Amino acid sequence: MLKTFHKGGIHPVENKFSAGREIRVLPPPEVVYIPLSQHLGAPAKLIIDRGEKVKTGQLVAKSTGFVSVNIHSSVSGTVRKIDQVQDGSGYKRTAILIETCEDEWQPGIDLSPDINTDIQYSPEEIIRKTLYAGIVGLGGAAFPSHVKLSIPRGKHARALIINGAECEPYLTSDHRLMLEKGKELIIGIKLLMRALRAETAMIGIENNKQDAIRHLEELAGKEEGISVYPLKVKYPQGGEKQLIKALTKMEVPSGGLPIDIGVVVHNVGTAFAVYEALQKNKPLIERVVTVTGKSLKNPSNFLVRIGTPVINLIEAAGGLPADTGKVISGGPMMGKALSTFDVPVVKGTSGIVILPESESKRRHVKVCIRCTKCVAVCPQGLEPYLLMSLAQNEYPDELEMNKVMDCIECGACSYICPSGRPLLDYIRLGKAKVGQIIRTRKN
Amino acid sequence: MDKLLTVAPSPHIYGEESIRKLMLGVIIALLPALFCSVYFFGWGAVIISVVAVTTCIITEYLIQKFLLKGELSITDGSAIITGLLLAFNLPGNLPVGIVIIGSVVSIGIGKMTFGGLGRNPFNPALIGRVFLLVSFPVQMTSWPVPQGFMTSYTDAVTGATPLEIVKEGLRNGEQVSELMDRVPGYLQLFYGHSGGSLGETAAIALLLGLAYMLIKKIITWHIPVSIIMTISLFTGILWLINPQQNADPLFHILTGGVLLGAIFMATDYVTSPMTRKGMWIYGIGIGIITVLIRIWGAYPEGISYAILIMNAFVPLINRYIKPRLFGKEGRYGKD
Repeated sequence: MLKTFHKGGIHPVENKFSAGREIRVLPPPEVVYIPLSQHLGAPAKLIIDRGEKVKTGQLVAKSTGFVSVNIHSSVSGTVRKIDQVQDGSGYKRTAILIETCEDEWQPGIDLSPDINTDIQYSPEEIIRKTLYAGIVGLGGAAFPSHVKLSIPRGKHARALIINGAECEPYLTSDHRLMLEKGKELIIGIKLLMRALRAETAMIGIENNKQDAIRHLEELAGKEEGISVYPLKVKYPQGGEKQLIKALTKMEVPSGGLPIDIGVVVHNVGTAFAVYEALQKNKPLIERVVTVTGKSLKNPSNFLVRIGTPVINLIEAAGGLPADTGKVISGGPMMGKALSTFDVPVVKGTSGIVILPESESKRRHVKVCIRCTKCVAVCPQGLEPYLLMSLAQNEYPDELEMNKVMDCIECGACSYICPSGRPLLDYIRLGKAKVGQIIRTRKN
Repeated sequence: MDKLLTVAPSPHIYGEESIRKLMLGVIIALLPALFCSVYFFGWGAVIISVVAVTTCIITEYLIQKFLLKGELSITDGSAIITGLLLAFNLPGNLPVGIVIIGSVVSIGIGKMTFGGLGRNPFNPALIGRVFLLVSFPVQMTSWPVPQGFMTSYTDAVTGATPLEIVKEGLRNGEQVSELMDRVPGYLQLFYGHSGGSLGETAAIALLLGLAYMLIKKIITWHIPVSIIMTISLFTGILWLINPQQNADPLFHILTGGVLLGAIFMATDYVTSPMTRKGMWIYGIGIGIITVLIRIWGAYPEGISYAILIMNAFVPLINRYIKPRLFGKEGRYGKD
């Protein structure tokens, strides 16, 4: 029996067109826009000025608190502008515009293709370097990684869970990374284990990535404490709580964190970034991005410099198809629809999915027939139909009582609804309202 | 870019389900029982089914068009299901006029008064049936003996249903073992050769429909299984206590529309609970009330009333029975 989580879940069509495409390095673009806020938490503080020359990998903005990270230049060139630029979320944020000339790297960064297997850092050093390198969760949430590595007093991390589920349809960046950078990944995992003082690491990979499972099993077999677990294909298996449940049978308490039950989850991309930061002294300035879509000419996986405009990626994958209706940053279940192609790739950009016109419109909303499908698919044990009507009618107390804040916004309810009801839209509104109330109550 | 991109919150892809597909699935699941009823009751079954379905569709259309003035939804297929289910609850020789009245009541009072699909608290087909049962008790309880296309629609030979035979007999002080000789055997009940309403006769056809709906994930097993289990247990206990005064569980399951009710009427989306636990409570409630009516009530069968009574409890069940929250023993809300 393959491991999986047991409550709810759906099986969207996988459509992983780019699964067989090797990661291609995309050369630095002519200009990059590097937003100062690419992560959850406080934006970084600018430490350079307009007109200054920067090198690839140079620190350009410093973290401003515990939940905040450094930002480095992803190219070498001249800072032309510091401006408000729209990013994938649709909001305008302060970004540094750098005009590229040649690719001159900051000294001290190891660019050789050799794999450095020699681990010589203490846990504290690993956390410090992770913070310095500006590493965030690369699965999409972009939560600063050093925060997850800093275990609160009195807690103990028994196991590190590495998220290779990649349960979103279309996306293949983690899949390719596991296949092509397996050795580096394992070293990254060992570094994370040391930072957490965890004895075991469990890599969870969905069963539709057989080659990656076999490859990592082979590599992990030589290591102490690292094991690979194939998982039944089910969305949202890559959700932190669902993945922990699938691998350990434990549930993160409602309102709690994984460390409350002694586990920490990191994405495979993050583990690779940690390897590069520690063993190669290379900050997080590039990442693997899947560019895919049914009518796209060459669905691809690119290694992209942070700040590259999305349009460059689409051009490199064969250009925008004529029937494009929607362009999504991230996966089709949880990603954000883009309104322009000028938005830059940020640390949390796992993919660009292009949907044809015919699939990009919302469905006609009909009445709720109380078929119970939304309740059945909710992985958090909530009642989406009820939360939607409570949010529509603005009953914040009832919403809180019915645990609206436990919603992980996976979208399974909206996906399954036979009446095409926008369940998650309203649940998000309800969450925002209840969140506001909780914050004022605490103050 | 000469055209604008669509921007909307996630999710950006959707499943294949739609109301029409689900309803079509239920209609397909009803087909075996429909064929059986035509096979056993001939033209009567055809006429009643066609009249009921047509009247239901027309009633819904007229009310939506001229009274509610809202979006027309008759293409979703739910009126067809109500019509078919109502027909399945009627005797095979019921006059057309009464069928029309029942259909108008089902859709008009049972469904559209509350605002249409998704808003009605009671199963519309059962509202129609119960309305007819209290308004036309004689016509509604004269059951034609199944003779296939030989069954005359207007002038059929009528007989009592197996449940009526047993109930009458027990009231007259007879023993179950004697009465069992006068009712059809289990195999006959299973294949449908017995008196009764159109849809309740052939157990095998109804079970085929259940299997189809389970495979297609239109319904879950919880409601049918909980009802059938409860009735078996309850009547089983009574039967063990006194086999001469109480019929055995299998007899109860195969007669009087228990399967029709458990599979098609109680599982109506709109009028059944939203959670698995709620479904169990609802099913157990239906089972207990059915047996109470059958054994101690005035009617020989009771599942229609049992379902309607439990329909009334559904909002209460939904309010208090919640699914198990992921990571329930949490801090959230406590601090």
